[in-house]
Amino acid sequence: MALNLMLPQQEGHDNSGFAMVMQDLEGVFSHYKDKPLLSLACTPEGVQLVNDYMEERAFVQVAQWVPEVDKRPDLKINAMPRYVFRNYDYPEEYRTRSQKEREDLLLDTRLELRALLAEKQNGFVYSFWPDVLTLKEIGDPADIAVYFRLWNNDGRLTARNIVTQCRQNTNYAIVRYAAHPFFLQGYTVCANGENTFFTKNKEFQKSLHRGYVGFESDSQNFLYTLHYVLHELRWPIKYYKHVITPLPFVEVEKRADRKVLNLIRESLAHLEINGPNTIIGLLPDGKMITCCDSKKLRPVVVGGTSDMVAIASEVCGLNAIMPDRDLSKDIYPNEREMVVIDNDLAVQRWNQ
Amino acid sequence: MESVRTQDVSVNDLRWKIEYRPDLCTMCGSCVAACTFNAIDVGMMRRSITLSRKAFPDPTQEHSARPVIMQKPSIPSACVGCGMCEKICPNAAIKPVRNQDTRFSVLARQHGPVKRGGRTNLNPPRTLDSIFVGRISQMTDPALDSERHTFDIRSPLGRVMLAKELPLRVDGDSLVLTESTPPVHWIYPAIFSDMSIGALSTRAWEAIALAAAYLNEKCGMPVRMCSGEGGMPIKLLESDQLKYMILQIASGHFGWNRIIKAMPRMKTDPAGVLIKIGQGAKPGDGGLLPAAKVAPHIQAIRGVPKATLHSPPNHQGLYSIEESVQKMHLSLNAAFGFRVPVAIKCAASATSVSVYNNLLRDPYKICGGFFMDGIQGGTGAANEVSLEHTGHPIVSKLRDCYMAAVAHGLQGQIPLWVGGGIGLTGNAAADAFKMICLGANGVIIGKILIQLLGCVGNEHGRCNACNTGKCPTGICTQDPRLVKRLDVDRGAQNIVDYMLAFDSELRKLLAPVGNSSLPVGRSDALVTTDKAVADKLDIQYAC
Ligand code: SF4
Ligand code: SF4
Repeated sequence: MALNLMLPQQEGHDNSGFAMVMQDLEGVFSHYKDKPLLSLACTPEGVQLVNDYMEERAFVQVAQWVPEVDKRPDLKINAMPRYVFRNYDYPEEYRTRSQKEREDLLLDTRLELRALLAEKQNGFVYSFWPDVLTLKEIGDPADIAVYFRLWNNDGRLTARNIVTQCRQNTNYAIVRYAAHPFFLQGYTVCANGENTFFTKNKEFQKSLHRGYVGFESDSQNFLYTLHYVLHELRWPIKYYKHVITPLPFVEVEKRADRKVLNLIRESLAHLEINGPNTIIGLLPDGKMITCCDSKKLRPVVVGGTSDMVAIASEVCGLNAIMPDRDLSKDIYPNEREMVVIDNDLAVQRWNQ
Repeated sequence: MESVRTQDVSVNDLRWKIEYRPDLCTMCGSCVAACTFNAIDVGMMRRSITLSRKAFPDPTQEHSARPVIMQKPSIPSACVGCGMCEKICPNAAIKPVRNQDTRFSVLARQHGPVKRGGRTNLNPPRTLDSIFVGRISQMTDPALDSERHTFDIRSPLGRVMLAKELPLRVDGDSLVLTESTPPVHWIYPAIFSDMSIGALSTRAWEAIALAAAYLNEKCGMPVRMCSGEGGMPIKLLESDQLKYMILQIASGHFGWNRIIKAMPRMKTDPAGVLIKIGQGAKPGDGGLLPAAKVAPHIQAIRGVPKATLHSPPNHQGLYSIEESVQKMHLSLNAAFGFRVPVAIKCAASATSVSVYNNLLRDPYKICGGFFMDGIQGGTGAANEVSLEHTGHPIVSKLRDCYMAAVAHGLQGQIPLWVGGGIGLTGNAAADAFKMICLGANGVIIGKILIQLLGCVGNEHGRCNACNTGKCPTGICTQDPRLVKRLDVDRGAQNIVDYMLAFDSELRKLLAPVGNSSLPVGRSDALVTTDKAVADKLDIQYAC
């Protein structure tokens, strides 16, 4: 389904890659929802390195799914030798620890695995989180789907929430990490557009949290800021929009909450984005959000039926998967708007 | 013939020589009256003139003693090249010409070090001029339309807190403030520099204050003006316009008595307080207001007798940054009830980064801004040797301070305001934009303001006589006859016009990089054609 949504938006991608983050999984992973799932692409040596590392840290492997890939020779895909999706049980001592400690452990483990695999170019680790699967690959999205047999729709790889994108960033060299979406501790973000404030965002984010690494794409900034506002500062979601696209000073002056808004703007001036963007995010609780830059320089549309809501850059994507939906209910969020889709598919929209 | 000694000073020893055309001169005397430096005089010369008074050639030669304009061959009344004589002469009979063969710098020290006002005259090429705005938005990150888009051109003055330290509590889906936070004002990113009333004439100072008020009240540009050392007229202290003023306390503490006394009658808070530590363009030399400029009203404002007023190079009695923070910042913050940002101003120097680092670490979180002044600033008086040979170019110091803050994740916590040569080439907006991309929150402009009022001094040794009390344009003098030369309204108008153009030009630079708010720290927008500059400032090299 997600693929079908992507394909008509062909002009929006350049065969540089495909990536998706699935959350709230069904199929082969449905029995391991509370066990962290590690998503990797690596070399055989990489697998060995990961095995040794995980064993040493006392993680116990409880399940593994290895996609049966279709190795037809004419596919435009730059495949890695091995793809690993594994559920682990937490090390013994973590079974009684707090949620925060577990979250930190998963993050640190992923960062260390990332460094370990990067050292001799043995592979890439995308996510390590319960009930979240990440797949990223370089090449033609349709061919990547053939390779992973995603077209088969055999029910093994399904999820309630999927974020996917068919391209890499434009500004940087093509690397697997650079494919959208990006994931961090339950937060997923993909974006359409550029971030002209990349350098200042990055310089500030680097010191905010050890998980803010990579910066292979200027969109990663959006994820880190989302994570910082919601996970670190624990502010309500609407403040994400206030941080990334603060209201103009003249408008803030008219608001009753101007003191708070001014303080936020002052303190997080270096997290402001000021370029053409649409941001689509998935939160740990399954909520999906979308918002645009302060000038609305990039498209986005939200549409839905009784059992599905989708957010896409172009309306042709929605037409492909939900041709019978009520078009008049499609939402084209404006520059000051934020749209939140709840788990029960209720769509809220509010102005900043 | 009078006997001469070869050691005698001649006009040819001076920096400027007067080129005089007796054939054009009508002896109206305007030039002599206009020259405030007493550099020219009317004298008699025996001249030979060939005349033909008939309808056909009938030349006769006459010898007669005639009045002429002569330059004085004297160091104290040396011509400064201000060109007032040329400006006023109805017949274009006189003008100053730069003298390549000058021996002035070897002859002028008979009475101690040479003092002068103005700016450094040994200008190496400016770093800013080798930097360009190189990342122009094109397809995917479209440029904005500088005329149609709204831009949010404001900068903070005041101590900014880290988000994690903000006293905010979540209440439902909102945040509420639980305690007060340090005052932060969002102002226009160009502050009118601290040129004191005393250094400037009252009229010049008034023109700048008028321009600041006009920009605020009629143009929607919240420009702030710094008083400079030496206090302010009581009327202004007690007026509504005080809110546009940043009060300066410098090492001489001149004028503070009056400020403190006026506090109970202040209708409004000032925009800020600026503690000046070192002199900008002549760090380590202290300030100097020559007795010639200490007129009675200046004595009244500063509360001093008529004498040369020295501000020590340092705040006497302060031993360290920590002590300064505690004593000065705390007391000044307390004086205004913690409602007014208190910032500090230092000269750019090799140690600026240490000072900034120290302030960032200050546990009281009480410093509301770090102002730095570079080598090219300065209007006051100083020993020439200090003006020319001390100081630090501002660009790399700004960058060092910004990057030091980045290293600690504290960028933006203490806003960086920088001055010193901003607008030296006449294009202050371009300079400001580049400084902002390198990490400044805003810039301080000074010299360009007095140029807009009519100052004719420049970096090539023209005029720079601000210390003499004889400023030919009425800007830097307290002589009532000279002050009248300055048209306050026209001066203020020039500044307003310039600032409006500055604002448009800033938009013209924001638009192509696709930003509607200030690109503080957006060093990726800049490129330089100088490899060394690229390496030092960590910006892209382009050739
Ligand atoms: S140029 Fe200025 S200083 Fe020189 S003679 Fe003319 S008026 Fe006097
Ligand atoms: S014109 Fe006046 S202000 Fe300008 S350099 Fe000369 S003395 Fe100084």
